[in-house]
Amino acid sequence: MARSLKYLLVGLGALVMLFPFAWAVITSLTPAGTVLQTPPDFTPDNATLDGYARLLETMPFWRIMFNSLWIAVASTVFQLVTSSMAAYAFARLPFPGRGALFAVYLATLMVPLQVLVVPLFIEMRTFNLTDTYFAVLAPTIASAFGVFLLRQAVQQVPKEFDEAAVLDGAGHFRIFALVVLPLIRPALATFAIFGFMASWNSYLWPLVIIRSPEFMTLPLGLANLHGQFTTEWNVVMAGSVVSVVPILILYLFAQKHVIASVAQSGLK
Amino acid sequence: MTLTEAPPQTAAKQPVRPPRKRLRYALTVAVFLLPSAVPLLLFTLIPMAGSLWTSLHEWNLITPMKWVGLDNYAYLLGSEETRAAFGHTLYFIAGYLPLVYAGGLGLAMLLNRAMKGRDIFRAIYFLPVVTSWVVVALLWKWLLNPASGIVNWAIGLVGLQGPGWWTDPDWAMPSIILASAWKDLGFVMIILLAGLQAIPKEYIEAARVDGANAWQRFRRITLPLLSPSTFFVVVISLINGFQVFDQVHVMTGGGPAGATQVVVEQVYNLTFKYGRAGEASALSWLLFAVVLVVTLVQVRGQRRWVNYG
Repeated sequence: MARSLKYLLVGLGALVMLFPFAWAVITSLTPAGTVLQTPPDFTPDNATLDGYARLLETMPFWRIMFNSLWIAVASTVFQLVTSSMAAYAFARLPFPGRGALFAVYLATLMVPLQVLVVPLFIEMRTFNLTDTYFAVLAPTIASAFGVFLLRQAVQQVPKEFDEAAVLDGAGHFRIFALVVLPLIRPALATFAIFGFMASWNSYLWPLVIIRSPEFMTLPLGLANLHGQFTTEWNVVMAGSVVSVVPILILYLFAQKHVIASVAQSGLK
Repeated sequence: MTLTEAPPQTAAKQPVRPPRKRLRYALTVAVFLLPSAVPLLLFTLIPMAGSLWTSLHEWNLITPMKWVGLDNYAYLLGSEETRAAFGHTLYFIAGYLPLVYAGGLGLAMLLNRAMKGRDIFRAIYFLPVVTSWVVVALLWKWLLNPASGIVNWAIGLVGLQGPGWWTDPDWAMPSIILASAWKDLGFVMIILLAGLQAIPKEYIEAARVDGANAWQRFRRITLPLLSPSTFFVVVISLINGFQVFDQVHVMTGGGPAGATQVVVEQVYNLTFKYGRAGEASALSWLLFAVVLVVTLVQVRGQRRWVNYG
């Protein structure tokens, strides 16, 4: 009894989580004329791909999706490289003022994006960089959060490993690339997941800095689409459905690791 | 994550190097640090300074800035708009946090024991977390469409009249809260589930042997031992809650009639709609100060209720 009640509750919860997605798929396949009808006149017989066709003819959708993908990948790669290098320096290369510099890094971690949005916008405008890929990417090249996270991981690598490499005549670059990086792979993976999701989902900064459709990312493109088609929900849902697909595929592959990363972040 | 400080003796152990080697070492350090230091300087530190500087001026982004000292702050602190924006933000938090915590805890408790298909359910609950805020806002704006949405249709089936949701000033914030809680439920669940699984089973068993009922075990054993995870959820949720923007901007744009004009939406509108960039910058720093104080108070206060075992 208690067991079936439990399954009932868990199943009900799953339904609540899945229904909005399912409903988006159904709406995206509904003929334009009947979308606003309640209950919607949807049967597998009158299902249509018109919503998707409209989507593709009104905005450079594939380009926008491609923008989102490559910007997320580039931002993740940049952050992995810059953060792991800084993490190595903060963990392994003593120099005067290191503690103070690390404190400055940590301080930038606390400043939220909305504080930076106006001056960043001015900065980009001054150098004529609004409406460019560079402008979208720039604030995500380095990540103080990543430096913090990866520094902890580097510190946990036993020093004896580096020392053995030094005896073999390796310099810091080789120790970093061949000894430390392979050993902090789990932390790199965790950070990559956070970095990718943050870029993929980011909205406020692209909203401020991008005007032309060809440089837009998905969140911005979708919000714009909604502004244009306030009542054509089949088109808006078509866009939403297609935009979820890439992240869904990634998620299906990395699901265990994504969840483990998040779970771990709560266990201090 | 434990914050382990670098052993202090490393600095002392540094061998004294001849000048050429010292130069090489300095170059090595620079090569490792510059790739992150330069972007942080250009895209975080300089904008930070710029934002502080802007907040001391009157500026419409076009004509030259006019120095006004602390006037923007003085104006904001006394203005009805600011009070309303913080009020709406607090309303959001007050609705969102209990909902997402109670829901997340409920699901985590359900999934804590071994059961068939647990991993699948966990993955399903987590799905909205990886979906972008814009998509979530659009999905819910459609579900909660007052005239054609499926939710009001379902409410109509039982003979009731559904509310105007995001078109009604009284229901707009609840609509945003609902969508936000739906998205973050899985995140909170995963954090709490990890916390629950770290609680030794023997503690709960011992309480059961001592005759504690289910509620007592939950109240006296589970909740206190879960407090570090709860603390984490509360701190993160408050930080994110104060900075709520994406879903608001997409679902209501701060309306109707300003009913969901939260602080960051206000910062955005002041800058890009009304050309009051100085005031907007000042407001963003006020928000930063509030978040900082709230977070520090929690970190200070955690000893009273957070049990680190």
